[in-house]
Amino acid sequence: MKKTLRSKAFFTAAAWPVSLVVFFPIFWMLISGFKTEVEAVSTPPRLVFRPTLENYAAVWQRADYVGHAVNSVLISFGSTLLALAFALPAAYAMAFFPTRRTKSTLLWMLSTKMLPPVGVLVPIYLLFRDLGLLDKRLGLLSVYTLINLPIVVWMLFTFFKEVPREVLEAARMDGAGPRHEILNLLLPLSLPGIVSTALLAVILSWNEAFWSLNLTAAKAAPLTAFMASFSSPEGLFWAKLSAASTMAIAPIVVFGWLSQRQLVRGLTFGAVK
Amino acid sequence: MATVRLRDIRKSFGGVEVIKGVDLDIADRELAVVVGPSGCGKSTLLRLVAGLEEISSGDLWIDGVRVNDVPPAKRGLAMVFQSYALYPHMSVADNLGFSLRLAGVPKETRLLKVREAARILQIEPLLGRKPKELSGGERQRVAIGRAIVRNPKVFLFDEPLSNLDAALRVQMRFEIMRLHEELRATMLYVTHDQVEAMTMADVIVVLNGGLIEQVGTPLDLYHHPRNLFVAGFIGSPRMNFVPATVMRVGGGGVSVTLAGGATIEVPAASDRLRPGESVTLGARPEHLSLGGAGSFQGEALVVERLGSATFVHVAVEGGAMLTVQAGDDHPVRLHDRVSVKVNGETAHLFDAAGLTVAAIKGNRQEKNK
Repeated sequence: MKKTLRSKAFFTAAAWPVSLVVFFPIFWMLISGFKTEVEAVSTPPRLVFRPTLENYAAVWQRADYVGHAVNSVLISFGSTLLALAFALPAAYAMAFFPTRRTKSTLLWMLSTKMLPPVGVLVPIYLLFRDLGLLDKRLGLLSVYTLINLPIVVWMLFTFFKEVPREVLEAARMDGAGPRHEILNLLLPLSLPGIVSTALLAVILSWNEAFWSLNLTAAKAAPLTAFMASFSSPEGLFWAKLSAASTMAIAPIVVFGWLSQRQLVRGLTFGAVK
Repeated sequence: MATVRLRDIRKSFGGVEVIKGVDLDIADRELAVVVGPSGCGKSTLLRLVAGLEEISSGDLWIDGVRVNDVPPAKRGLAMVFQSYALYPHMSVADNLGFSLRLAGVPKETRLLKVREAARILQIEPLLGRKPKELSGGERQRVAIGRAIVRNPKVFLFDEPLSNLDAALRVQMRFEIMRLHEELRATMLYVTHDQVEAMTMADVIVVLNGGLIEQVGTPLDLYHHPRNLFVAGFIGSPRMNFVPATVMRVGGGGVSVTLAGGATIEVPAASDRLRPGESVTLGARPEHLSLGGAGSFQGEALVVERLGSATFVHVAVEGGAMLTVQAGDDHPVRLHDRVSVKVNGETAHLFDAAGLTVAAIKGNRQEKNK
């Protein structure tokens, strides 16, 4: 009892500095966006200042936030839905009808994530150029679908593994084909898992910068490109960059916050036995 | 209702053959219980009949139709799983009606059938609940109800009572027998519990190592086990086995010398045996008695008083343990020196290969019928 209390105290004490370190840059970005450019780079850094909205106004005026945001939403949600559409049946088959190759297939899928993206940049760029996919939403959407697919399949596979096999067999005896098995049983039974998988895929797609910066320019560019456009060309404007970054991550942070609550509720969903 | 017929059914997983050629006929409206030790393939056999596993070779007929390639739902079967396998996110009513919903049965008919099944199993008050709000026994009823609603040709039970406590198990055993009576359905029931098999079955199928050892009525198996395995598996407490040597063959049967030195006469057909051959003598606890000039001397190591009878476990010379059924008021006490008498008339004899040496016609085995 005493020991658990002490270890609890230890973990709490250790967690605070770690979270502060992790959260500090975000916090700094958040307040820098409300400073003037001079205040933002002043030494020593200022914690007390008069907040201003001028950076937000300038960013709003200089770049098309809404356009980029729409691209981000369409591409990240679209690629997530598409990845789920491929991954659900794949994970179903792997979890409930495994063959001798299933495990190695899963490992191989994951191994593709170990390849540095820049290694295939040139071929993909050329492919996109020839297919006319450069600076197209469809292009980015398909790349994101493919790069997230291994993770999505893996996560769904893990969640499906937890669904009792006999429940699906009972359904099969009751006359359910694969479609009914998936729609009436697997989806409702593993909903929390599917939701968290989708959430992760959306966040990964939303934050992906390498491919979005290399394969899009203006029309299909998501918020990562919007953010990047405030970083280099005319010297660094820290306050405006912070404001733009805050605007870029705000939707996904809010989305994550909301769905996380949903998720916790989902995870307490009915026990099987 | 329907018959089930298995012909040389085999099943391999990877390179390992689990079911090694099973022939079995289950008659219409019969309750057949497949019993065997764990790992004998009995659940696999049931899953092959259900269609949840693919048959490697052999033929399976249900109601006169070969169904090897028919999907599970089209075979006209319903299965009750050991873990109940209820749909956790659906109410009891939806669990019961799921198969009908899939089959496109109109809602009114569905409700009627669900009500009817709920009435038979006395679970009407539970229809609105979720599985997690039910006790083990209630879940088991719902699982059986789900099978009833489908009005199947054959019911399959996969160790349905294993997850219940002892009292509930006895009660559900009666319920299933009552159901069998009421529904007049063919049932195939798998269990590792030979008491369940003895009490419920019209016919018992003893499975061991993927092969059928014997098929017969409970009493047939009890009195005429075909080999050592069946003799040891059926009956509780189990049959006592004593090594013996054939002394003399012919006349009224076989005379054997037991490990302790005593000689007894067993009325078995003797043509297969020769003097000097090693055999095993089998005697059920109720066919042994304490006292008198017995065949064995030993010490009473455990005395179990059940009220209706007393089981005395005797360590005899030579290290063997014998279980003797004595009367409820037998005065034997722990560590008493006792002598155990073997009744040759009721004893079984098994040859070196473990096969029963057939009893002579007209002897005790027939009298027991």
